Amino acid sequence: MTVAATNRFGSPADLEQAREEIRRRTRPAARSVRVCIGTGCAAKGSRRLYDLFRQAAHEAGGGLIAVEAVKCVGCHGLCERGPIVVVQPGDVLYQQVEEPDVPEVFRETVVGGRVVERLLYQDPATKARARTAAEIPFYKAQQRIVLAHNGEIDPRSIDDYIAFGGYSALAKALSAMTPEQVLEEVEKSGLRGRGGGGFPTGRKWRSCREAHGQPKYVICNGDEGDPGAFMDRSVMEGNPHSVIEGMIIGAYAIGSSQGYIYVRNEYPLAVEHLREAIGQARERGLLGRDILGSGFDFDIRINRGGGAFVCGESTALMASLEGRPGEPRAKYVHTVEHGLWDKPTNLNNVETWANVPAIINRGGDWLASIGTAKSKGTKVFSLVGNVVNTGLIEVPMGITLRQIIFGIGGGVEDGKAFKAVQTGGPSGGCIPARFLDTPVDFDELTRLGSMMGSGGMIVMDEDTCMVNVARYFLNFLREESCGKCTPCREGLAQMLHVLDRITHGKGEAGDVERLEEMADLLAGTALCALGKTAANPVLSTVRHFRDEYDAHIVDRRCPAKECRGLFRYAIEAEKCKACGICKKNCPADAITGAKKVAHVIDQAKCTLCGTCFDKCPFDAILKV
Amino acid sequence: MIAPDIDFILRRHAGAGRDALIPILQEVQEAHGYLSREAIICVSRHLGLPASKVCGVATFYNEFRFRAPGKFHVQVCRGTACHVKRSARLLDATATALGIKPGETSRDGLFSLEAVACVGACALAPVLAVNGEFHACVGPDSVRRILDFYRGKAARDGTDGG
Repeated sequence: MTVAATNRFGSPADLEQAREEIRRRTRPAARSVRVCIGTGCAAKGSRRLYDLFRQAAHEAGGGLIAVEAVKCVGCHGLCERGPIVVVQPGDVLYQQVEEPDVPEVFRETVVGGRVVERLLYQDPATKARARTAAEIPFYKAQQRIVLAHNGEIDPRSIDDYIAFGGYSALAKALSAMTPEQVLEEVEKSGLRGRGGGGFPTGRKWRSCREAHGQPKYVICNGDEGDPGAFMDRSVMEGNPHSVIEGMIIGAYAIGSSQGYIYVRNEYPLAVEHLREAIGQARERGLLGRDILGSGFDFDIRINRGGGAFVCGESTALMASLEGRPGEPRAKYVHTVEHGLWDKPTNLNNVETWANVPAIINRGGDWLASIGTAKSKGTKVFSLVGNVVNTGLIEVPMGITLRQIIFGIGGGVEDGKAFKAVQTGGPSGGCIPARFLDTPVDFDELTRLGSMMGSGGMIVMDEDTCMVNVARYFLNFLREESCGKCTPCREGLAQMLHVLDRITHGKGEAGDVERLEEMADLLAGTALCALGKTAANPVLSTVRHFRDEYDAHIVDRRCPAKECRGLFRYAIEAEKCKACGICKKNCPADAITGAKKVAHVIDQAKCTLCGTCFDKCPFDAILKV
Repeated sequence: MIAPDIDFILRRHAGAGRDALIPILQEVQEAHGYLSREAIICVSRHLGLPASKVCGVATFYNEFRFRAPGKFHVQVCRGTACHVKRSARLLDATATALGIKPGETSRDGLFSLEAVACVGACALAPVLAVNGEFHACVGPDSVRRILDFYRGKAARDGTDGG
């Protein structure tokens, strides 16, 4: 897209005029193709689909469909069924589209307006085909504010964002509201920080606004380090301007003229899209000096993270921005007063910033009307793990875990039994089946020993060992602990040592109590949130799955049959067809058998690698 | 003697302060694939910081490497979603297939292996990435096929790595 320098908006009226022009020029397009290039779909080859559709449009001569009407868009959410392509006329959603499908889709749907049935979403239970996103159960229960235009707009085009109403909230804030009024609106909305802590956003802004010291900084925390979470990635990749607009509005309310976006270096597409978006916003006079002729100056810089989980912690992130190791500091000195370079600094997460434009446009009362008493609005979750429909969802606060996992998610995959859902990342916990009807909000999840966190929601089936899950998180945190304070550095290593012992069948009586004691010490003495909450995965699994710990320690048995050495493999003679596949693939030569004779595993030789279990075509190999 | 590409990067950051340290190190690693001893010394002189401080920062962040990676850098994701989809076994299978441990580079210089915390492609779990290219839903038995694809690619390029 080319934008001349003269396209700079000198006033809100200029912006509105441009919006009308863009809308006249581009919409409503009778024919269009939207190809998802979010990370999930891109990994399955969607960029190639985009090229092919463009080529098809080009070859069709432009009279039928403009080449520009084939566009790439951000994540639709239903990553499980990617690559996803949405076609006008009819808003038809095609899933699992492959290269050879392109000519047919183009000929039938784009040109002919007919639907290609086989590429439609099919409900696994009812076998009914869904034509549009609205007909798919995955989307029905969702309410989208942050993700409203993900999948509709081209993240690389500021014109597209403007056509969908973009920067109207900024224009409203700068021309019709005082900073105080913006603040009041955000306070009224009840918005709480989406990065995990859930601190009231308005209160944070006010503290920073009232803090002494100049200059003031605003930061967008895009260092999404929680394993199992990719919400912020999809927002930054799919709708970067919404984050930028939110930041400018926040900076206006707080009185800041410099912002930073700290984004994971593992997200190259997010970095690229943010960079382009910032460049375009500068060209249009939406960043820089005298924004929209209001006299307000603000600009944004991007810093890429260095792959340290602890930098998601606000003080560590600021240390990293200053070019130092990302070590947190004690929290009694508030960053809103002494943050980046010791100046007042307001840090919010990507999703929090992306909520701001909607609040300004529709009012704080509107957001406050969604959700529960103390948690307002919606939350984006990455619904992943052993669930049928994995992907990205946005739901109103107060929806139950059951509605999310079994309604939107379609239940546990492969017909297995549900065991737990893990929320809140490494600081969160595992919630068992008996609490599935709990409404999801900040306080309810904390009550269950977990937390909201940034929004990872990992479904675990009956084959997942909860002791091993606790060990997994502790190992993660031990590796990511910065090492500054002793309780975290040494405590995590000790706790991991005990958990290692338990998962290897060498647990001792009193180990669980030892873990609880160390967890208590850690929570009371660690310097930052990483250490203080590090024991949560252990405590929540002990609380809800104590029987699994006891089985490991007392019976030397792993009930989920996941911990190596605490179960063995055996061949069920009735099911064995003596095909020899297991024998051929066994790396330890532990399997014996002949033609038409059921095979047998020599337990003395077996290394428990599980190759035979994966390879057997007849499910004749059992874990016992 | 400063390598020309490092010189180019440092000149782009003329007069920069300490806050430019991490961006500079990132750019150097992007150009060289890793941070050599010489590169660290050049950066420290440019910013007027002791080399030990630069090293302190570089070793703190997981992203920085101090040895040359293989022609194909293989990352196995160990995020939570990948974990519940058995990525521990995927990592074992990859290490066995390559004959190296995570953090090492194969002797022919073709592959290096890394276990990473989370690549944020959780809906594709378990994920294996090669030079940033994602492979979705990888089972332990498809590892060899994926690696062979890159071996073939290297052979077609007429190099054996290193």
